[in-house]
Amino acid sequence: MEALEVARWQFGITTVYHFLMVPLTIGLGLTVAVLQTAWYRTGKEQYLRMTKFWGKLFLINFIMGVATGLVQEFQFGMAWSEYSRFVGDVFGAPLALESLLAFFVESIFLGLWIFGWKRLPKGMHLLSIWAASLATMGSAYFILAANSWMQHPVGVEMIDGRPVMVDIWAVLTNNTLLVAYPHTLFGAFSVAGGFLLGIAWYHLWKRRRDGIDTVGADGKVLVGSNPAIGRDATDHKVWLTSLRVGAVVAMVSFAGVSLTGDLQAKLMFEQQPMKMAAAEAACHDGTGFSILSVGDLGSNDCDDMVAVVELPGLLSFLANGDFTTDIRGINTLIPEYQDSFGTHLPDNPVYGERAGTEIDYVPVMEVTYWGFRMMITFGMLAAGAALVALWIARKGTVPESKWLMRLAVFGILAPFGANSAGWIFTEMGRQPFVVAPNPDPNGIDNVFMFTAAAVSPGVSLAELVFSLCAFALVYGVLLVVEVKLLFAYCKGGVPSAMPEVLAHRDDDAGSGKGKDDDDVLAFAY
Amino acid sequence: MDFLPTLWFIIIAFFWTGYLFLEGFDLGVGMLMRGFARNNTDRRVLLNTVGPVWDGNEVWLITAGAATFAAFPHWYASLFAGLYLPLVLVLLALIFRAVAIEYRGKHDSPRWRSSWDWAIALGSFVAAFGVGAMLALTTTGLPLDANGDRVGGPFAWFNGYAVLGGLAVVLFCLVHAAAFLVLKTDGDIRARARRLLLRWLPVALLPMALWAILVVLAGGKPVTWVTLTVAVLGAAAAWLLARRERDGLSFAGLGIFLVAGTTTIFTAVFPNVLPSSLDPAFSLTVENASSSDYTLGVMSVIGAFGIPAVLVYQGYTYWVFRKRVSAESIPAAHAVVPQ
Ligand code: HDD
Ligand code: HEM
Ligand code: HEM
Repeated sequence: MEALEVARWQFGITTVYHFLMVPLTIGLGLTVAVLQTAWYRTGKEQYLRMTKFWGKLFLINFIMGVATGLVQEFQFGMAWSEYSRFVGDVFGAPLALESLLAFFVESIFLGLWIFGWKRLPKGMHLLSIWAASLATMGSAYFILAANSWMQHPVGVEMIDGRPVMVDIWAVLTNNTLLVAYPHTLFGAFSVAGGFLLGIAWYHLWKRRRDGIDTVGADGKVLVGSNPAIGRDATDHKVWLTSLRVGAVVAMVSFAGVSLTGDLQAKLMFEQQPMKMAAAEAACHDGTGFSILSVGDLGSNDCDDMVAVVELPGLLSFLANGDFTTDIRGINTLIPEYQDSFGTHLPDNPVYGERAGTEIDYVPVMEVTYWGFRMMITFGMLAAGAALVALWIARKGTVPESKWLMRLAVFGILAPFGANSAGWIFTEMGRQPFVVAPNPDPNGIDNVFMFTAAAVSPGVSLAELVFSLCAFALVYGVLLVVEVKLLFAYCKGGVPSAMPEVLAHRDDDAGSGKGKDDDDVLAFAY
Repeated sequence: MDFLPTLWFIIIAFFWTGYLFLEGFDLGVGMLMRGFARNNTDRRVLLNTVGPVWDGNEVWLITAGAATFAAFPHWYASLFAGLYLPLVLVLLALIFRAVAIEYRGKHDSPRWRSSWDWAIALGSFVAAFGVGAMLALTTTGLPLDANGDRVGGPFAWFNGYAVLGGLAVVLFCLVHAAAFLVLKTDGDIRARARRLLLRWLPVALLPMALWAILVVLAGGKPVTWVTLTVAVLGAAAAWLLARRERDGLSFAGLGIFLVAGTTTIFTAVFPNVLPSSLDPAFSLTVENASSSDYTLGVMSVIGAFGIPAVLVYQGYTYWVFRKRVSAESIPAAHAVVPQ
C-alpha cells in the first residue's frame, strides 16, 4: 500500500457514504415542503401528519449529511494538497459559493423550521422549509459544477502550469454540469420515492395484519380505526397517499434519469471516450451494447474479453443517435491517449514512487462495466417495482403477505444502490486522471492532472491509514445508529413524530397545566 | 499592496472571527453539558438555548474553509495537510457533536442520553481546542519546505503555540457561553452561569491575550498596539459590567475583546498567511498564496451580496428565538412511541 491508494480509498469511502445521505436529503426535503404546502392550502389533517412524519425522518438523515459533509469540505486540503494547489483557482470558487449561498440558507432555515412550529407565522414557517429544500438543490448544483469541471475542464487558461479561471460563467454552465445536475436530482428523487413507497407499504400491511383494515368482497379496502394507538382512518390516508406519491415519483424519476443519462452518455463519448469504452468493456471498435461480456474483467486485459450477448447498434445509438457509427474501442483509444499524454509518467518527484512508470489509461474495467450496469439495473428495478406496487394497491390497501412487505422495504435500497454505482462508475472511469483531459476539439486539451500527482506529498502513509480507519469506524458506527433510529421511528409511525394524535394524550396536551402555553417550546431537543 | 488578496485576507479573518463569536458560545454550552449541568432538565435547557442556531453557526467554519480554498489555495493546502492529524480529530469531534445534538432527544433512555451528552461535551472541547491550535499555528508558523509541505513527520507542528491557542479558544468559549446563558436562561441556571462568568472571566481571557501579545511582539505594527489595548479594555468592561448585572453590555464587551483580539493577531501577521518556521523565504503570504484577480473579483461580487444576506437572515433567527429558555419552557420528553 502506498499513501496514494489509502488516500483514494479514504476519499471514495467518505464520499460514497456522504452520498447515501445526500439523495435522501434532497428528495425528502422537497417531499416535506410539498406536503406542508398541501396542508397549508387544504388544512387537511392527513397532510399535517405526513409533513411531521416524513419531516422527522428527514431530520434524522439530514444531520448525518451535515456531519459527513464537513469531512468533504476539508479533505481536499488534507489529503489532496497538490490537487488543491493545482485546481484551487477554479475549483475553490464553486465550493465557496456552495457554502455562502446554499449551506447558510439550508442550516439556518432548517433551524427556523424545526423550532418554528407555532412560533413563526404559518406562511413564514412554510417558507422556511422551502428555503431549506431549495438550498439543498442549490448546493448540489455548485458541488456538481466543481465535479463537472474535473470531468470536463472549461473556462480556464493554463498560466505557469496551472489552470487559471478566466470565465466563471463557462464553469457554471459547463455542458457536463447541465446534464449531470438533472440526472443527479432525478436520482435523488427516486431515492425519496422508493423510501416513501417502502415505508408506507409496511404501515398499510401492519394495519391489515392487526385487523384494522379489511378487504371487502369486491377487493376494496374497508378502512377501520383504532385511535388509541393512532391508527385511525386518517392514518390510512397518510400511508395510502404516501405510497401513491412515492410510486409515482419513483417512476417519473426513472424517466428523468433515463433521458438525462442518455444525454450524459452522448457527451461522455465525446469528452471521455475511454470511460465509456471501459463501461462497455469494448475493446474493438463497434456498434453493439454489451448485455453480457465474459472473460477476466479483473485482468483488465482486452485480449480476454468476449461479448456474449450484444444488442447491435445500441451503443452507436447511445453515442450518436444512429445505429451504424462505429464507436472507438479501448484498443484504438490507448494509442490516441499515449500520443497526447505520453506513455510514461514524467520523472517528477510529485509522482512519488510512480515517477517514470508506464501509464495505464484503462480504468478498472470490472468497476466501470458493472458500475454502469448496476446503476441502470437498480434504477429499472425500482421503477418497475413502483409500477407493480401502484397496481397492487389500487383498491386502497396492500395484501397481507409478509414477503411482499419485506420486498417493498428492501426495495428502498435499490435507488441508493443505483446512485452509489453511478458515482463509483463516474469517478473510477475517469482514472488515471483526477482532472480529465478532453480530447474534443473545443475542449482545453492541456488541462489535466494525473491522480498520482494529486495526493499530499507531506502526509505520511501512517497518518492516512490512521484517518482511514478512524473515519471508517466512526461512519460505520453512526450508520448503525442512524438506521436503528430510522427503524424505530418508522415502526412508531405518525405518533412518534406527533404524539398528540394518540387519543389518550389529548387531555394533557390541551390542559396546559396552568402554564401559559406560549412559554412552552413547541419543539425542544 | 495587492488590493483583492488583501480584501480576501480581511474577509477570511472576518469569517474566523464570526465563527469564534457565534460557535464560541455553542461550543462552550456544549462543554458545559457535563459538570455544569446537573440533571437532564438542565441539559435540555442548555441544549435548547442553542438548538435553533448552532448549525448555522457551524457554517461559518465551513465557509471560512471554503473561502480559504477559493481565495488562497496554497494556504488551504499547506495548512490542512500540515495539520493532518489534529484536523482529523477536529472533524471526528464535530461529527459526534452534530449527531449527538440531533439524536440525544430522539430516544428515551438514560444510557442513550448520557452517551450523547459525553459526545457533545468532549466533541465541543476537542473541536474548540483544535480550531484554536490551528489558528495559533497559522499565525505563528509551521515547518514548511519550499513547496509548502510540512517536513518532520506527523507531529512536527506540535509546539507551545498550539497548546496556547487551544487553551485560548477553549477558555474563551467557556466564558462566552456563560455570558450567553446569562442572557438566554432564567432561574437557577442563570444564577449559576453568572457565578461562573464572574469567577472565570479574568483568567479565561489571559491565554488569548497572551497569544495576541506574542504575535504583536514578533511582528506587530503600531496599530496593533491600539487594537490590543481595545481588546484589553473590552475584557475589563465585560467583567465590570457583568458585576453590575448589565448582561447585554457585558456580552458585547466580550465581543469587543474577541474582535479586537483577532484583529490584532491577523493584522500583526499580515502579509503572512502561514509563515514557514524553516525559512522565511518559504512563508505563504497574501501575495504568493492567493488565487488570480479574476477569481477573487468574482468572489467579491458574490460576497458583496451573499455576506450581508447571511447576516440579515441569521440575525432574524436570533430575533425569532430571542426568548429565554428555562426549566418551565421545556416540554415533556416524547421519543419513539413503541407499537
Ligand atoms: C437513481 C439513480 C440513477 C439511475 C437510475 C441512473 N443513474 Fe446514471 N448516474 C447516477 C444515478 C443514476 C448518479 C449518481 O447521479 C450519477 C453519478 C454522477 C452523476 O452526475 O450522476 C450517474 C452517472 C451517469 C453517467 C456518467 C456521467 C459522467 O461520467 O459524468 C452516465 C453516462 C449515466 N449515469 C447514464 C445513465 C443511464 C443511461 C441511465 C438509465 C437508463 C442511468 N444513468 C440511470
Ligand atoms: C462534486 C463532488 C465531487 C468531487 C469534487 C469529487 C472529486 C473526487 C476526487 C478529488 C477524487 C480523488 C481521488 C481519485 O480520483 O482517486 C475522487 C474519487 C472518487 N469519488 Fe468523487 N468527487 C465528487 C463526488 C463524488 C460522489 C458524490 C461520489 C459517490 C458517492 C464520488 C465517488 C468517488 C469515488 C468512489 C472515488 C474513488 C475513485 C478512485 O479511487 O479511483 N465522488 N472524486
Ligand atoms: C466532494 C465534494 C463535496 C463536498 C466538499 C461537500 C461538502 C458538504 C458539507 C460541508 C456539507 C455540510 C453542510 C451543512 O452543515 O449544512 C454538505 C452537505 C450536503 N451536501 Fe455535500 N459535499 C460534497 C459532495 C456533494 C454532492 C456531490 C452533492 C449533491 C449532488 C452534495 C449535496 C449536499 C447536500 C444536499 C447537503 C445537505 C446536507 C445533507 O446531505 O444532509 N454534496 N456537503
